[in-house]
Parts: sequence; structure tokens; C-alpha cells
Amino acid sequence: MSTKNIEELEKEFQAKIDADIKIEPNDWMPEAYRKTLMRQISQHAHSEIVGMLPEGNWITRAPSLKRKAVLLAKVQDEAGHGLYLYSAAETLGLDRESSIDDLHSGKAKYSSIFNYPTLSWADMGTIGWLVDGAAIMNQVPLCRCSYGPYARAMVRVCKEESFHQRQGFEIVSLLANGTPEQKQMVQDSLNRFWWPALMMFGPNDDNSPNSAQSVKWKIKRMSNDELRQQFIDVTVLQAEMVGLTIPDKDLKWNEATGHYDFGAINWEEFNQVIQGNGPCNKDRIDARRNAKENGAWVREAANAFAEKRKKKELTH
Amino acid sequence: MTTQEAFYNYIVRFGDDSLILGQRLSEWCGHGPILEEDIALTNIALDLIGQTTNLFELAVQIEGKGKDVDQLAFLRLEKEYTNLLLVEQPNVDFGYTIVRQFFFDVFRKLTFEALCQSSDEKLAAIAEKSLKEIKYHLKHSSEWVIRLGDGTEESHTRVQAAVNTLWKFTNELFYQDEVDQKVIELGLGVDTSLFKEAWQLHVEKVFTEATLTIPANTWQHEGGRKGTHTEHLGYLLSEMQYMQRAYPNMEW
Ligand SMILES: [Fe+2]
Ligand SMILES: [Fe+2]
Ligand SMILES: [Fe+2]
Repeated sequence: MSTKNIEELEKEFQAKIDADIKIEPNDWMPEAYRKTLMRQISQHAHSEIVGMLPEGNWITRAPSLKRKAVLLAKVQDEAGHGLYLYSAAETLGLDRESSIDDLHSGKAKYSSIFNYPTLSWADMGTIGWLVDGAAIMNQVPLCRCSYGPYARAMVRVCKEESFHQRQGFEIVSLLANGTPEQKQMVQDSLNRFWWPALMMFGPNDDNSPNSAQSVKWKIKRMSNDELRQQFIDVTVLQAEMVGLTIPDKDLKWNEATGHYDFGAINWEEFNQVIQGNGPCNKDRIDARRNAKENGAWVREAANAFAEKRKKKELTH
Repeated sequence: MTTQEAFYNYIVRFGDDSLILGQRLSEWCGHGPILEEDIALTNIALDLIGQTTNLFELAVQIEGKGKDVDQLAFLRLEKEYTNLLLVEQPNVDFGYTIVRQFFFDVFRKLTFEALCQSSDEKLAAIAEKSLKEIKYHLKHSSEWVIRLGDGTEESHTRVQAAVNTLWKFTNELFYQDEVDQKVIELGLGVDTSLFKEAWQLHVEKVFTEATLTIPANTWQHEGGRKGTHTEHLGYLLSEMQYMQRAYPNMEW
């Protein structure tokens, strides 16, 4: 057997990526590629799971049976996304429980948007519209990501996210065309979620250290700023359609670029939220940690029971 | 009481059971002991909310006053809800939630199996559709009762405590009054006293496997079917009804 040196392996690896051949779990891959992907996929999984909380917050107060059912189903979908993503990360050697412990200790990150509170029913519309909408912008390119299991998980996830986005927009447009109280409720919600939604795409390209390598590896296929611009261009039109005002006085169509110009993002706020100082960071992590701690006896019981059954089968 | 009134009340009772238990289960969403169970409990909640909608749609048709299902679900007073006391009991922990579900599922399965023969086609159709879901719920709750009962010392203690607390609400499952008499006579509803024994046997069988016991004190509570509830329901309703009360007469 000829042993290939690292450079040769790396060359072959990059050649595969350049030829759009998917990398599969048992293929050779550079350690940095594995690590980057593990971080990205587990962060994404954590975001799905933490993301259940702000919307879960309104299930018991949903205003109609239909809305209660739709919201339950949506939050359940997010749990499902978390499951596929943890499974995709497991193919790279990540252990789900220890990765969850990293989330609880603050070592692992998740999308900053879920650290904002849901204060009214309208937020259930806005989150679907903007947050699932931004997630789709981020994730559609990932359906072509170089790592096979991640790309395939993304195909499934994106289908459901676009369903969520439509449901969210339906709530928004219903409220925007509703009574004065409902209009006010949904405008207030947009005012609170607009800027945090723009921050979901991450720092400006000049300040995004991992981006260039990720683009070369086809783990990331469009830059943060490109995605953010695409999101703004689409969303502004949707807001106009239902008569809502985007809370940005600098927002205007730019004939020359063919895009909307927009105001300055408060990156200080973004950094503070990422570092744990957002309005709900502590509540979100506490809720997840409590779920795990309060459920420990259940998991132990399930394991103990499975062990007992195995022994019984062996002795019979 | 006219037949129409009796049948309306009869259906609303089942709808209220589904609604209140669905509401309780949905409190778990995002807080389950493992992700798979978070999904399972949410799934059961979702089925129960679906059953509520179907049952209430039938109820408002029978009543014929042009109400919609949300008026029924969200705009009654506490004493107008006629769910079983069992289903309004708080989640406490996963063990309580599972035991509550198990007692209910065994009862629901027996009742809805019989309701498939209702002389009212619409009710029979709802029963048949729901039964598929109920069988899955019962499988799920039975498996967990056994796992927790025969798991660790801690899980056994916890789940036995849940049984001891919730047992007093089980007799009410078989509560019958003039509403039932009327619908039974006409073949619209079912006589639950016929399968009380089957319920007990089923529970005992699962408990034996789970190494759990039925408590010695068997003093029973009832009142839910007549609108006299435990203290827990009021809080559940204030949360559930919040939007409809704060913003009356709006579409959502
Ligand atoms: Fe998702
Ligand atoms: Fe997502
Ligand atoms: Fe989603």
C-alpha cells in the first residue's frame, strides 16, 4: 500500500471539492475542515433547539385552535431539524450530549436572534417571516455544501423552513390587515425584530475571519453581506405589500446598484448578544439546562430498563 | 334535557378532555427530558388539539347557534368546562405527565373503540380517526410507565408517587349522569360502565410489568363533568384564554 503524504491527500481533497464531488463521512478530510464543519453544524443544531423556546413561549397562549396546532407543529419541526443536524454532526465524530453540554456551559454558540424576547402574538408571525426567512437565505446555498450529510439535511430542513416562512407571513399579513390594535401589534413586532434579523447573517465580510477558507471548501457558498443584501431586497417588498414600515430611515432603493441601501447595523449590540449579554441569553440557556437536568432521572431510568431487558434476554 | 342538549354536552365533555390535556402537554414543548420525548409529547398535544377541533365542530353544528370552535374553546367560564379533573392536573414531572396520560389513554381507547359504533355517523367517524392516534398514545404511555416503574429506584419512587396522587381522579373517568343516559338510550353514546373492569385489568397488567401498585387509599374525587374543578384549571384557562379575552372579536 502506497502511503500518500498529507499534501497529496489535501490536493485530492480540494480537487474533489472543485469538481463538486460530495465529501462523505468515511472520506479523508483535513482536520480543519472537519472541525469547521462540526462547529458550524452543531451551532446550527443548537440554534434549532434554542429556537424552540421563544416560539414555545406562545403555544399555551395561541389565540385560536388552528394557530395553536400550527405553532405546535412548527416548534416540533424545529426539534426535528435539531435532531437531523445533530445526526449530521455525529457523522464527523461529534457526541450529541457533550456538544449539548458545551451549549449549556456557554462554550458553543447559537443564533443570536433567539436571545430576543417574544412579547406579543405578532412575534409568532414576525419570527416565521423574518427569522425563518433569513434562515432560508442562509441555508439554501448550504444544500450544495461540499459535505454530503450536511447538504442532504439542509435540503429537508429548507423545505420545512420555507413552509414556516409562509405561515409566518400569513400571520403578519392577517394582522397588518386587521384591527388597529393588531396593526400596531405587528408593526411593533417588526420594529423589534428587524435589526436582530439582519444580524443573523453575521458580521460584515471584512470582519468575518473564517469566511474565505469556508468558501474555498464550499462549506459556505455566499458571503454574509451578499446574503444580508438578498434578504433585505426581498423583505422590503413583502413589508410594502402588507403596508408595514421597515424601521430604518436610511432605507432606500439604489438605482445604480439595483439593491436597497440600508442604515448602519449596531454591531456593538450584536457582539454583546453573542457574548451572552442579550435580553434572554441567560433565560434560554437556563431553560435548556433545566430541561436536561430535570430529565436526567428519565434518561437514567430508560438506560437502566434497557440494561435489565438485555440481561433478561440473555438468561432466557 | 332534550336529546340535542344531551348530545351537545356529551361531545363537549370529550372535546374539553382533549383540549385541556392538549394544553397541559403543550407546556412541555421545548422542555422535554430528551429531544425525542419533546417531539413525542408535542405530537400527542397536536393530536389532542386536532381531536378538540373535530369534536367542537360537531358540537357547534349540533347546537346550531352559529358559534365557532374558538368561542367554545376560549370563551367559556371555568364552570362551563366539563373536562375530567385528571386532565387538568399539572405536569409536575415527566412521571406525573406519563401516568396521567396512561390512565387517560386506556380510558380513551376503550371509549372511542365503542364510539365507532355510534348511531351518529359524524361522531363515529371522529372516533375512528382519533382511535389510530389514541392507540399510538397508549403504546407510548404504557411503555414509559413500564420503563420508569422498572427503571431505577428514583424513577420507581417518582412514578409510584404520581400513581398515588392521581389515582383519586380515575373513578371519574366512568362518571355517568342524565347526559349519558339520554345518549346511551339512543345509541349515540356509550355506556362506559361496561368497560370499567377492562380499564382496571389493563392498568393492573401494565402496573405488574412496571412493578407499580395501586394505592391503598382509594377515596375518589369528581366534579369536572359538572363544572366543579380543582384549583388548577383557573390558571390554565387564564393563560389559554388570554388573547381572546384581551382582544375580543378579532380574527387571528
Ligand atoms: Fe428549523
Ligand atoms: Fe434553521
Ligand atoms: Fe423554522
